Amino acid sequence: MAAPLKGNGRVKVRDVVIRIAGNSQDGIQAIGGFLARLAGRSEQDVMTYMTIPSTISGGPSIFQVRIGTGDILSAGDEADVLLAFYQHSYEGHIGSLKTHGIVLFDSDHVEPKPEWQADYRHVGVPISGLTVEAIGGTARDKGKNVYALGLLAKMFDLNVTKLKELIGERFGGKDASVLENALSAFEAGYSYSLGHLLETFEFAEGLKRGVKQVVMNGNDALAYGLIAAGVRFGAGYPITPWSDIMELLRRELPKYGGTFVQCEDEIASICMALGASYAGRVAVTGTSGPGLSLKTEALGWAVMAEVPLVVVDVQRGGPSTGLPTNVEQSDLNIACFGSHGDSPRVVLAPASVEDCFYVAIEAVNLARRYSVPVVILTDQAIATRIEAFDEPNLQKACQELPVDLTPAPEHKPYDLAEADGVARHRAPGTRVLNGIYPVITGLEHDEYGHPTGSPTLHTKMTAKRRRKLQSLAETLPDPEIYGAPEGKLLLIGWGSTMGPIREAVDHARAAGQPVSAVHLRHLHPLPPGLERIFSVFEHIRVVEMNDEGVYGYGQLGGVLRARFCNPKIRGINKTDGLAFKVRDIVERIREEVTDGMRHY
Amino acid sequence: MTTAIAQPPAREELVPVAAPAAERKLPTKKELTADHPTWCPGCGDFSVLALYFKLIEKRRVLQEKVVSVSGIGCSSRFPYFVQAHGVHFIHGRALPFATGVSLTRPDLHVFVFSGDGDAFSIGGNHFTHTARKNVNLTLVVMDNEVYGLTKKQTSPTSPVGFKSKTDIWGAVDQPINPLKQAIAAGATFVARTTSTNPNHVLQMMEAAMDHEGFSFIECLSECVEFYPGAFDGANPRKGGAFNLVPAEHDVTDEVAAYRLAGEPFPGRFGIFYQVKRPTKNALEARINADYQAKTAGLESWQILARTFEKMK
Repeated sequence: MAAPLKGNGRVKVRDVVIRIAGNSQDGIQAIGGFLARLAGRSEQDVMTYMTIPSTISGGPSIFQVRIGTGDILSAGDEADVLLAFYQHSYEGHIGSLKTHGIVLFDSDHVEPKPEWQADYRHVGVPISGLTVEAIGGTARDKGKNVYALGLLAKMFDLNVTKLKELIGERFGGKDASVLENALSAFEAGYSYSLGHLLETFEFAEGLKRGVKQVVMNGNDALAYGLIAAGVRFGAGYPITPWSDIMELLRRELPKYGGTFVQCEDEIASICMALGASYAGRVAVTGTSGPGLSLKTEALGWAVMAEVPLVVVDVQRGGPSTGLPTNVEQSDLNIACFGSHGDSPRVVLAPASVEDCFYVAIEAVNLARRYSVPVVILTDQAIATRIEAFDEPNLQKACQELPVDLTPAPEHKPYDLAEADGVARHRAPGTRVLNGIYPVITGLEHDEYGHPTGSPTLHTKMTAKRRRKLQSLAETLPDPEIYGAPEGKLLLIGWGSTMGPIREAVDHARAAGQPVSAVHLRHLHPLPPGLERIFSVFEHIRVVEMNDEGVYGYGQLGGVLRARFCNPKIRGINKTDGLAFKVRDIVERIREEVTDGMRHY
Repeated sequence: MTTAIAQPPAREELVPVAAPAAERKLPTKKELTADHPTWCPGCGDFSVLALYFKLIEKRRVLQEKVVSVSGIGCSSRFPYFVQAHGVHFIHGRALPFATGVSLTRPDLHVFVFSGDGDAFSIGGNHFTHTARKNVNLTLVVMDNEVYGLTKKQTSPTSPVGFKSKTDIWGAVDQPINPLKQAIAAGATFVARTTSTNPNHVLQMMEAAMDHEGFSFIECLSECVEFYPGAFDGANPRKGGAFNLVPAEHDVTDEVAAYRLAGEPFPGRFGIFYQVKRPTKNALEARINADYQAKTAGLESWQILARTFEKMK
């Protein structure tokens, strides 16, 4: 929360970070979601962060939401306000609160600690008791999340009409008494007089965007992107945090005449998706880390057989079962190289929730254009965080991909004559007039797909499969530099770390440090132009949530080193299963820039 | 563009492939023949291939409307020998692949050719689940009770005592009974035939093709190289007995089918089990019809816009 801008009863703030801590069954995510959607409707920027316990029946859970005017790049390192429902929420999260921040606690459950009184502003409200009072005896304290939302609405002068609309949308479909109770709880919270305890706030006026915003998490954005791209078949197997995408596609695809199949295992799901793709409907399969390990044999077939496919990997902590509900960026190597044999495929990584939507469309189009599997590497942080973004121009973004069965005079599925190596895939059902039909195969083959052991053909076909990626790379735009076009230190990032990296760059530049950043969306093949960018910075640090590795750089660091043989490339890595905080990066930049570059 | 052209053609329009346009000359056996099979002379699989050609000819299937999918193994070289759209997939996974084809393309005839190792060992899980889902396709397993392509290892159907390179003293593990497995998994068409009786093979293939749902044929197919004489007991020319499923057998009686499947070698030949149950294809199509009724007349972007409206 920025310093007060002016005081007319309410203190104006640019942005605020609210951390809500309780148990997962308390509807923490629900109030967080209300706040995020309210921000979206109010043309404010919003970013959230949440943790969900991997146990089924609940457990401590948090939802952090940062709302403000202007660009919000990250969910915020420290909270301005901590809303604590229990003693464990209070004790466990007070450390995430800014000094002199406000801790708003349920005094029915939380016993404040005298030693913390000086550092944090304590505001106790008997939330549980007042909720029961507001709703009536039968409800116990169910609804205290909405009561607390009322408190926050009062505290930050939130738009009550819009919030009530949101509550109505959420609870309206249920028994009428549910909505009534929710509204009573909200009113009661909103009417509670905080006045004698606390000043109240309001947000600085935002810029009018003119475009309506949609609010969703990264998994949703990715799934809707696939639908927009014309994907009408998918297959998958449940695994956290991928399952949301699968559930959404299973639910939504029938509206578009599509089908999503829940398969018996990870292997069956990639195979089924490949079957649909082969049949002319570019399909998607997806998973998280362990599932990608299982899918790699079939992924190799897709490369060899040159069948388009989109594979989503929502990365989590690994290896093995690892940290199922935490974030890591440690699947880059398997995404780029996981398979036996030389098996070039495309790897893309969305950098924000909004980007998930567009990367999905790009993935589908690249898969079709180059008859190649495309892996989308998203991660747990981007999958679960909610952002508001400008509603895409759906009429423009949506495409239909009808099956084309136009008869062909002749068809070589693996035509070597094409300079870029790309041969168009033709679906079964296509009549081939010269009577020579294609076999699509994982054995090394001739131009018609028939097996061959010819040394020349294996050489040519291997080169053909590689050349496709090389010709794709030529079409990619040069990466944009965030910050000055040259300087002392260049940060390279990919995936969900874009926000914190950019915010860290802003901090560094404000402190006079010559730091810039490049965020890569195309990880394999890499875009052109990096060599030139690298040459105008003294030092390069690849910021990634994976291990620094045996040789001192992480997975993208390794790819870049292999590609550019540039000893300037080093890593800023971490493996605690949590998203990068801006402070983590700022601290490392400070060490690197002012304390002199560390040499390994 | 409208959603309509994006959808695969409706099932009704494309299923009666048996009657192609009059002006189309249908391919002859010669035109259906592609690579010369890599199988050893005398291999039972030749017979299955020949009868597949015959099936396509006899049932007047359009050449481009048939898809042969296979996994890995001797049997799975099959698609290379057929001049039609074919897929040579990875080991054990032909069924889920073929499911993807079947569910997206109701206009195609989908045949999967597999062996005992491919279907029941590495692909065992998929066999069970494709059967229970009743996906509309035909699976022909050429069962030779041995791994042939890798040169004589014990297979999941090798009888106890069969001497292989991995059981030099004779196989010790109980073999599976493919028919029982299929019945237990919920297959809606379960048949058994043998490559030495061509008429019967064709008869079973025709019945399988006509069956709406997952149809499974176990075809005994001798490996002359690594398990010669395995099926002599089922071949009258070699002094064996070819016994049909009794005429009075009720193919809808699951328990009777199971009992029949348990008869000792040479057992019975014919349709053991056949019931009507909605196919996965039909069930999904019904879900889609219900949902699309609500979005009739809307283009995809408009449907998505409706969803996004709720996320503002």
